[in-house]
Amino acid sequence: MTDTATTYNYLLHLADNSMILGQRCGEWCGHGPVLEQDIALTNIALDLIGEARSLYQYAADLKGDGATEDTEAFLRDVLAYRNVLLVEQPNTDWAYTIVRQFFYDAFHALLHRELMNSTDQRLKEIATKTIKEVTYHLKWSSEWMIRLGDGTDISHEKMQKAVDDLWEYTGELFMPSAIETAAANAGIAPNLIDLKAEWNDKIKTIFEIATLSIPVSTYSQKGGKNGSHTEHLGFILTDMQFLQRAYPGAKW
Amino acid sequence: MNQKEWPLWEVFIRAKQGLNHKHVGSLHAADIKMAIENARDVYTRRLEGVSIWVVESKHLHASEPAEQDSLFEPAGDKIYRHPTFYDLPEELNHM
Repeated sequence: MTDTATTYNYLLHLADNSMILGQRCGEWCGHGPVLEQDIALTNIALDLIGEARSLYQYAADLKGDGATEDTEAFLRDVLAYRNVLLVEQPNTDWAYTIVRQFFYDAFHALLHRELMNSTDQRLKEIATKTIKEVTYHLKWSSEWMIRLGDGTDISHEKMQKAVDDLWEYTGELFMPSAIETAAANAGIAPNLIDLKAEWNDKIKTIFEIATLSIPVSTYSQKGGKNGSHTEHLGFILTDMQFLQRAYPGAKW
Repeated sequence: MNQKEWPLWEVFIRAKQGLNHKHVGSLHAADIKMAIENARDVYTRRLEGVSIWVVESKHLHASEPAEQDSLFEPAGDKIYRHPTFYDLPEELNHM
């Protein structure tokens, strides 16, 4: 793989993660448990989609040939998406939404801290902007983990259930795909394995305060990074891509 | 009051260094941390501020609207309290 192809594919992987999680968070718009949290989660959705846009624009510039951020986001099908399975899992309820967000934020913050040292100048600049947003996301989701984990019996039970169900999707975050390995070798990206211990520490710290238990299972679902997705992604893309599919090139 | 309702908070935002915090509105939150985060998300999305204060609304005490006459009207005919009656030296341009 040439250096440009490596960077292009790596950018798509990063962008897809943020795009799909942003889309999931956006589904809460107008349905949040209270107005203030509806706005909070919509802000996070917009941060994530904004980050995805910067990455797609960069990827489109590398690809050339008329590619734009829109062609990358709206005209690739499920098998071409490279996001991790965690971010495409359904909102289900507030507990699942918070736990999914916390697991991802803890990873996302470490990733962008490392990407600020990327040898790729443009990616470095995107990370420098993103890290501030992600730091807030992590603070927000950590506090909800604690508030509900260490809340009432019912809130604790719901949070623990969400943790138990989503845990098997966290391992994939740290299993490098061929693209990530190539990107790490090229100095563009960090070695994911180096981030895992720190991620575990963060989870452990917050779980202790939140009185939640970390599942013992080490089984991991995987495949998203190579295009093997759960059935949920197809439905997300159907919603997200409808307009560009039905009215190709539509603008507003 | 419905016990399941989160308490109400008043939000004050400082637009930039050197200015006072100004009251911008209110919101519901379960605790102090959530109140500040909610204020950040609801009232500073368009770069409105650099600092946030929140106060639980129950801690604010207001003057009685019925006492408006005795509290505020007496100041109405005392225009000499405005500093415009003083002759200022010319060098003081910014009073």
